[in-house]
Amino acid sequence: MRTKTFKGGVHPPESKNLSKDKKIERISPPPELTVPLSQHTGAPCRPLVKKKDKVEEGQKIGDHDAFISCPVHSPVSGEIISIDKFPHPTLGEAEALLIKWDGGDRKNWDSEDVDLSSLSPEDIRKKVREAGIAGMGGAAFPTHVKISPPPEKKIDTVILNGCECEPYLTADHRIMLERHEDCLFGLKAIMRATGAKRGYIGIEDNKKDAISLIRYSTEAENSIEVVPLRTKYPQGGEKMLIKAILGREVPSGGLPLDVGVVVSNVGTAVAVAEAIKKAKPLIERVVTVTGSGVSNPSNLLVPIGTPIRYILDLCGIRENARAIIAGGPMMGISQYTLDAPVIKGTSGILVLTEEEIIQDKEKPCIRCARCVDHCPMGLLPTTLAKLVKAEKWEMLGEFNIMDCIECGCCSYVCPSKIPIVQLIKWGKIEYRKITSRG
Amino acid sequence: MEKVLFLSPSPHIKDRMDVSRLMWDVIFSLLPAVGFSVYFFRFKAVGLYLTCIFFSVLSECLFLKLRRREFPKEPSAILTGLLLAMVLPPSIPLWAAALGAIFAIIFGKQIFGGLGYNIFNPALMGRAFLMATFPVLMTTWINPFTLDVVTSASPLGLLKFHHQLTPLWSLFWGNVAGSLGETSAFALLVGAVYLLVKRCIDWRIPLFYLLTVLVFSSVTFLLNPAYGSPLFHLLAGGLILGAFFMATDPVTTPIPKLGRIIFGTGAGVLVMVIRLWGGYPEGVMFSIIFMNAITPVLNRYIKPKSFGGKRS
Repeated sequence: MRTKTFKGGVHPPESKNLSKDKKIERISPPPELTVPLSQHTGAPCRPLVKKKDKVEEGQKIGDHDAFISCPVHSPVSGEIISIDKFPHPTLGEAEALLIKWDGGDRKNWDSEDVDLSSLSPEDIRKKVREAGIAGMGGAAFPTHVKISPPPEKKIDTVILNGCECEPYLTADHRIMLERHEDCLFGLKAIMRATGAKRGYIGIEDNKKDAISLIRYSTEAENSIEVVPLRTKYPQGGEKMLIKAILGREVPSGGLPLDVGVVVSNVGTAVAVAEAIKKAKPLIERVVTVTGSGVSNPSNLLVPIGTPIRYILDLCGIRENARAIIAGGPMMGISQYTLDAPVIKGTSGILVLTEEEIIQDKEKPCIRCARCVDHCPMGLLPTTLAKLVKAEKWEMLGEFNIMDCIECGCCSYVCPSKIPIVQLIKWGKIEYRKITSRG
Repeated sequence: MEKVLFLSPSPHIKDRMDVSRLMWDVIFSLLPAVGFSVYFFRFKAVGLYLTCIFFSVLSECLFLKLRRREFPKEPSAILTGLLLAMVLPPSIPLWAAALGAIFAIIFGKQIFGGLGYNIFNPALMGRAFLMATFPVLMTTWINPFTLDVVTSASPLGLLKFHHQLTPLWSLFWGNVAGSLGETSAFALLVGAVYLLVKRCIDWRIPLFYLLTVLVFSSVTFLLNPAYGSPLFHLLAGGLILGAFFMATDPVTTPIPKLGRIIFGTGAGVLVMVIRLWGGYPEGVMFSIIFMNAITPVLNRYIKPKSFGGKRS
């Protein structure tokens, strides 16, 4: 198989066998759910309900007028117990609605046959916005914003991201196998909304079954093509994906739409399809629960707001489990509490054991430049890390610090075990401060 | 499980390669050349290796003890001692070798702050020190298998001062007079391939170093065959040892890829200029030390083109 790729990157052990053959199972909701008002990039929602209000499954319970924002919906029917600060998987703590499930039957979201050509791009954008869809690959950027390019930016291509380059995670893989028709419907809807003529589905070549299935089901489509990509992290980074498939480089500081492209995760495409066909908002998502600290690694369809604790009770957690990570091992965030909920961007819950956690002592940099050779953005990570340590903030711009995509390849390969990407993230914050001050 | 959860920044998995493993790999890759040198120079080789390694490690430990620092867990001092022995004439008295090892560690490395902070290749600093202080000892060569001091000349010396060519075949296998570990191109190349395959070293510096020597010597050979053939220049002296094991020392070579290409090319030009027109028959050591000196400048001023960016 001919595979395309980008320069740099790393090959961590894939560790996907734990869960890649486990079918997606829909779990029953927990007794109580914590639904954060901010699960996306942009303005946090304001609650539309009060304490003690009764809510329906799928009812909008939070929204905001800002363009870059994304409403939230109740995943279950029940009652609002409180609106307060609760643990949050990426923000540490944030305002959320605590909802008590009434134990009633779950709603049947009936599917209608929809002819996309009968919908205008504006109709699609509206449906996507009202469904509260945010990118489900991790960054959780509101999808209706992504598919509303300014008129001067002509979009010619939509790429569905089925790379799932993070080790361990298999949610997107299962989605492509089990929901390929919705993936394609979602892709076509996004193409219609953006006016793009070409659609690609980029899949790493460690998912041969997904590649052949989707190839088979797109045989009749002239405008859609499956592109096998080399299994390499961070192949699913949107800049790397666009480069690999189209050979276009998103300019420094720019967005995919600057090169005429919109990239969307396959899970997001399924959510778009459900929003259009079923008028179903984004209230549940597929989460890979995995790692050697889990007794039964699984791919679960989980209501948004389900606490990690509830999910780990279902899958079983081993005695030697020691660290819980929301997301994949390369970019995921380690959790301080099991009370943090699954949100729209939570693709996995990874449980690492005592033996697997890394407590290496940092050593001096030996300037081996492995980080330079593996950086997919062509940066000098060790130089940036040294400048950050020396607090030479003003020099960071010379070395293009803001181009860093925080993939963590530099920290992964560093033989001196220097937390390079962490230092760079700090440097970006400080650099932003001095540049915004002018 | 209600134990305290372990918190750490991403990535939560890491490559198993570490500094210590990297250095053991380099030491391991030098073993074929060490084996050949022991075969050619017998107990003189063994004595020289043991002396250099012993005094390197000893001076590193003493220095760190004086600075109240932890003893190192990586074998960088062993590597420095090993490399120093390999660039010394087999006939050098052991006391001189010991002085070289002490100088290499203290003034080549520790005085700058230890591992990761030195500017010059420590083993080459040790050799440069001995060149400056004991020039006669450092230019007295013996032929392989002759264990009493019947002084000879190295192939590059023979060419420069006596206009004699050494057969390429002897250079390849190492059956010639020269520094302890640099004589056998074959044994060194075996180790070099190991390092390249395991990606312990970057290919750019050795490639551009050797390529520059090849191109340079081809031109001069065409102009005047008395300068020696390109193959002779590639195989003779310390070029292969230098190109793969010293010019690739990560600490003292550039970080940006373009910097590494400049490093290799610059060292290649320097070594040929010294060999053909300089006062010494061999120039590998000076070429690397000189390029080490400009490495901080390369690191500071080369800004690679980032993805989607312009070269600034």
